[in-house]
Amino acid sequence: MTMPLMKPKRKNPVLRTRQMNLPPWARGRVALGMTAAAAEGRFELQVCKDCSAVQYPPREACHRCLSVRLQWRAQSGEGTLLGTTTLHHSNDPFFRERLPWRLGLVQLAAGPSLIVHLHGEVGDAPAPVKVGARLDRAGQAVLIGFPPEGSEHMADDKMLREMTSDPKFRKVLVTDGKTAVGQAIVQALVKAGAEIVWVGHAEPWKKLPGFDDISKLPQVTLVPLDLTNGRSVSELAGEIGGKVDIVINNAEVHRAFGIAARRGTDVAKAEMDINYFGALRLAQEFAPALKGRSADGVTHAAAWVNLLSIYALSNYPPHGTFSASKAAAYSLAQCLRAEMRPAGIRVINLFPGPIDDEWNQNLPPPKVAPAGIASAVVKALRDGVEDVYPGDVAQEWLERWRDNPKVLERELAAGGN
Amino acid sequence: MSSTTTTVLGALVNALASSRIRVVDLTQTLTPDFPQIALPPEMGQCWPFRIEEVSAYDERGPGWYWNNFSCGEHTGTHFDAPIHWISGRDLPNNSVDTIPVQHFVAPACVIDCSAQAKADPDYLLTVADIENFEAAHGRIPAGAWVLMRTDWSQRTDPEAYQNFDETGQHTPGPSSEAVQFLVEQRSVLGFGSEAIGTDAGQGYHLRPPYPCHYFMHGAGRYGLQCLTNLDRLPPTGAVLLCPPLKIQKGSGSPLRVLALVEEAV
Repeated sequence: MTMPLMKPKRKNPVLRTRQMNLPPWARGRVALGMTAAAAEGRFELQVCKDCSAVQYPPREACHRCLSVRLQWRAQSGEGTLLGTTTLHHSNDPFFRERLPWRLGLVQLAAGPSLIVHLHGEVGDAPAPVKVGARLDRAGQAVLIGFPPEGSEHMADDKMLREMTSDPKFRKVLVTDGKTAVGQAIVQALVKAGAEIVWVGHAEPWKKLPGFDDISKLPQVTLVPLDLTNGRSVSELAGEIGGKVDIVINNAEVHRAFGIAARRGTDVAKAEMDINYFGALRLAQEFAPALKGRSADGVTHAAAWVNLLSIYALSNYPPHGTFSASKAAAYSLAQCLRAEMRPAGIRVINLFPGPIDDEWNQNLPPPKVAPAGIASAVVKALRDGVEDVYPGDVAQEWLERWRDNPKVLERELAAGGN
Repeated sequence: MSSTTTTVLGALVNALASSRIRVVDLTQTLTPDFPQIALPPEMGQCWPFRIEEVSAYDERGPGWYWNNFSCGEHTGTHFDAPIHWISGRDLPNNSVDTIPVQHFVAPACVIDCSAQAKADPDYLLTVADIENFEAAHGRIPAGAWVLMRTDWSQRTDPEAYQNFDETGQHTPGPSSEAVQFLVEQRSVLGFGSEAIGTDAGQGYHLRPPYPCHYFMHGAGRYGLQCLTNLDRLPPTGAVLLCPPLKIQKGSGSPLRVLALVEEAV
């Protein structure tokens, strides 16, 4: 049983805010394959195409037959715990600050034996264990031994919380509360135990449905925030930046135009002004504050979530200028991720397929419901992943894009499907 | 220096120096927080006022402070030219760069509708209101601005200023009949208001839609909106200085609106 996390006391303001020391982060090019899978929530190991041997640690050639034809393949992670060790000393600053730390030796049913971080609910060896990959605070894949069946509060495990950005007791900024997606995210965060949800409220004179419902939630505080207005962003950052643990940037402008369908550039500019420049303004003002608090107690600043679009990967011509703005935002999010990495703040990108809202009214289903986006956000925070592709369309396009981006480009140009 | 008192301008300069003539600023400050007109989201939109620092005596420019700003022609306190409306699009001299400059200095009549607007945010100025005004203050001269005082500018909270509900905006303006009366019977220079437009918030539902825009601009007359401090003007006698920016084929422009007001002796 994991004891549920108790609401932490207020921080002692006379003490220096603890700074981040990242866990060991260096990985070779091959080992990054494991990180790439973990970034999407999968545990993958290399498997030899010639002799089917499962490899660990990652390597250039098969440990059994020396074939170089190794392929990353998802693993079930089932195995047996052979032994455990509890560290009471470490020369590594990250672990030194988090002792004691429990490690285990696991023999996977698939073959390899490996050393894992142990979830507190895993007992002494021998015991069945399920190995999963997570990203650590350095953003690199690490392996974790989970109990085959976890208890209700298993996410509150001290070690696991170091790998995730669970919203429980955290203070979250949602940049746009006026959209159905924004409202669903706010509801989901409150349900997930967020302590405060600041909700951005641009152009307050525009009354939109659903807004009153979230405004009434006791955890919710409305804040003036208009990402087109640099002053509004910097004023809010000055006010609450030092308290925000998770930023969720869901503000976007979405219009359904290609190049020829709309004269002028005003719509494309409006999309760019929120989807790209808005993200830039937000990052310039809020990122420094988050970085400064990335090791500040159990509810330290933890994550930054960007609502992108599957159209960021490949242009969907009927929504061509929107796609371009999301491609720009995606590129910027990669820059933000690189800049946040040294502080251990996770940058999570959501690439949903078409959302079921008024701007996709003419698109046939399947479309992602706003609640689907919201649950994907909370799940990504809890699982500590980096890239999420919510919805059937996103999943399918991702597969086609990975298979051959040029083919997908031609298919989208010919009408989408 | 006695010559300064013998010319009209000289007398004006002296009157300004002695505060016998006050200069009243009728302009809202250009700030990102001031709302802009809101149209249905699928339509083209007027840009709000936005401002970004270029440098502030720092590494971006060590000795100087300056900003870039952006806005639409109809942002903040602004001037509407006849070309703004389809009814005025073929008139001569209908854009801000070609309007005769003497029109930018003109007398103003201020009709006080503040009590009515307080009671009813959708209040429409009537012909009877104009006749009552004239009964008290004399006939509105041709070539004068008519300004509708509603004290709407005292709603400093943007939400109250915009005053939207699910049926749209609720702000005062002129009735269709009043506009036609001012244009046809009084040959006014233009119409000015304190709310976001010269037409009422529900003006789209009048006949014709947006009558003030339709008739004023169709007759080559002008509009001023988002005015403030109209409560500091006398009913008659003030002179407005309101030259818009000289934008080529501009449909309007943000501007500084000043009123010269002579103190009673």
